[in-house]
Amino acid sequence: MRTLFTSMMAASLALTFGHGAPPPGRSQEQPPQQGGGVVVTISGAPGLPPKYAVPEFLALTNDAETVAAAKTISQVLWDDLEFEREFYLIPRDTYRTIPAATSIDQVPLDQWKQLGADGLIIGTVRKNGSNVAVQVRLIEVASGRTALAKEYSGTLKNPRLYAHTASDEIHQQQRNLRGVARTKLAFTSDRDGERMKGPVIDRGISNIYISDYDGANQTRVTVSRSLDITPAWSPDRNSIAYTSYRSDFPDILIQFIYEGKVPFKPAAGSSEKQNFLPAWSPDGTQLAFTSNRDHNNEIYVVNRDGTNLRRLTNHPAIDVTPTWSPTGNQIAFTSDRTGSPQIWIMNADGSEPQRITNEGFCDRPTWSPAPFNEIAYASRSGAGFDIKIFDFATRSSKTITDGIGSNESPAFSPNGRHLAFTSTRAGKEQIFLIDRDGKNLRQITRQGMNRYPNWSQ
Amino acid sequence: MKQRRTVVVVAMVTLLMVGACGKKKPPVARPTTPPAPSGSTTGSRTPGPPEPVKEPVVVPAEPIASDTLSTTDIDTLNKNSPFQPVFFALDQDVIDSLGQQALGHNAELMKKYPTWIVTIEGHADERGTAEYNLALGERRALAARNYLVSLGIPTDRLRTVSYGNEFPFEPGHDEASWSKNRRAHFVVTSK
Repeated sequence: MRTLFTSMMAASLALTFGHGAPPPGRSQEQPPQQGGGVVVTISGAPGLPPKYAVPEFLALTNDAETVAAAKTISQVLWDDLEFEREFYLIPRDTYRTIPAATSIDQVPLDQWKQLGADGLIIGTVRKNGSNVAVQVRLIEVASGRTALAKEYSGTLKNPRLYAHTASDEIHQQQRNLRGVARTKLAFTSDRDGERMKGPVIDRGISNIYISDYDGANQTRVTVSRSLDITPAWSPDRNSIAYTSYRSDFPDILIQFIYEGKVPFKPAAGSSEKQNFLPAWSPDGTQLAFTSNRDHNNEIYVVNRDGTNLRRLTNHPAIDVTPTWSPTGNQIAFTSDRTGSPQIWIMNADGSEPQRITNEGFCDRPTWSPAPFNEIAYASRSGAGFDIKIFDFATRSSKTITDGIGSNESPAFSPNGRHLAFTSTRAGKEQIFLIDRDGKNLRQITRQGMNRYPNWSQ
Repeated sequence: MKQRRTVVVVAMVTLLMVGACGKKKPPVARPTTPPAPSGSTTGSRTPGPPEPVKEPVVVPAEPIASDTLSTTDIDTLNKNSPFQPVFFALDQDVIDSLGQQALGHNAELMKKYPTWIVTIEGHADERGTAEYNLALGERRALAARNYLVSLGIPTDRLRTVSYGNEFPFEPGHDEASWSKNRRAHFVVTSK
């Protein structure tokens, strides 16, 4: 499995881009590269989002693999674009009869106009030996001008990646928006049904899994006969920090998931110094976490390399579940020092702790990325929990989930527009996504029990 | 099964009380003769016992149970644990009088088997959040540990670990199950 993963990674790195753009994953700001510096921004009717059509891509070679890839890429691109709700995606069934164009001159613009499309994305897939070339073109239907044209090449191991890359580039160019199509989720799952080693009672294990943001390509990345829980992607996406019980007590492990090295233990745990719930600082140099090393659960920070471990809280109550502000200057956490678990914030050196919620039971604060200044958390409502968002501007919270099942462990997407969370609304705990306004709920996992979602950069 | 365990526990408590006059020595009613007289050891079946008297009056079942404990492998021991769990109220880590009784029993057991190292697992029911429950379980385990230390158990024989709500003992979603899942659970990790 590890080899499969390495080769998948290699495949993604092997993508070459038409205009020398950086490889996928790290490209946050991509300068518009079309039309000699003039960006064609496709607009919709006044007050409405632009309407996009994404007809099935054309397979230029007739083998089954290429034909399947052409289908997949265009479908995934449609889904990716719809996910951010910046465009209205015209349902694909309504234009299956419009003939595919083999060249830019042949695009039947009249028919697309008639359909009401403002933007049209056409593409081709051509096999080249063991590689493929994928061309994607965004056309302004009104003028026939090309807004964006890209050619990607690489293997066919994961055709979805071409769609994700194109979607992110289109969002960046057309809306100046950082899309999430190439981001990934990490979570804990017991789906493989393996049993724990050791004494006591027969117990199931949980390990760490990752997937694409949309739930595709769910892949196990830790292999321990133990509990591996609470994953946190490092900001550079190369590693995942998590809580592991493989030494019979919880400790924080940093695992470079594409390299297969022995995991590193930055908090150097022992049966007397147990560590859990790691949270990366935004620059990836430090981890905040909870530890019992001073005989009570307190918040600590340690450098990624294990140096400069320091204690931030000092209170006989429970302090747990840290999260960093986007600047790294503050840390939010859960404390029950007023009698019930509430969300608190403090400076990153531990000074000036202050409570920001006053509800029944709050936990798992997650600070939103900029430009939003919000903290999502789980709040008890009735028998279960709902996801709420606290807004620093108004000092008030709004409820995001709808009271169905119990909804916990929120994690923001890197653009702050979406949340992953755990819910029992469909039975066992599963990972769901929802937009920050409570719309666009979708289920990501279905196999086994899945918890503790975290969203990569 | 639960009944049997209770019987054993009661028997052991009785035994402990009988033998408790000596302070440190493990109270052994019938020490070095292990419960071996099954079919395996054929040579020991000697017909004429030289010393009859009326020794057999002393309770037979308990020493077998206690000797079994010292010879059982750890996995089997923990599957039918001689330790009593401590149960907690919702969101609490306070040990009530029942919990104190259980810990008193567990302390005596640990004194009786002074080589045992025991891990106290802290558990929480599913009603809190998973993350907070990791901390709550830790506090429960620590509370139980501190009480045992106050009863004279050395700290180096006690470990704690919190599993939060990861390992419910009862699968139900009602108070009957939840009350069983809010517990400090005792596991022998080395003998």
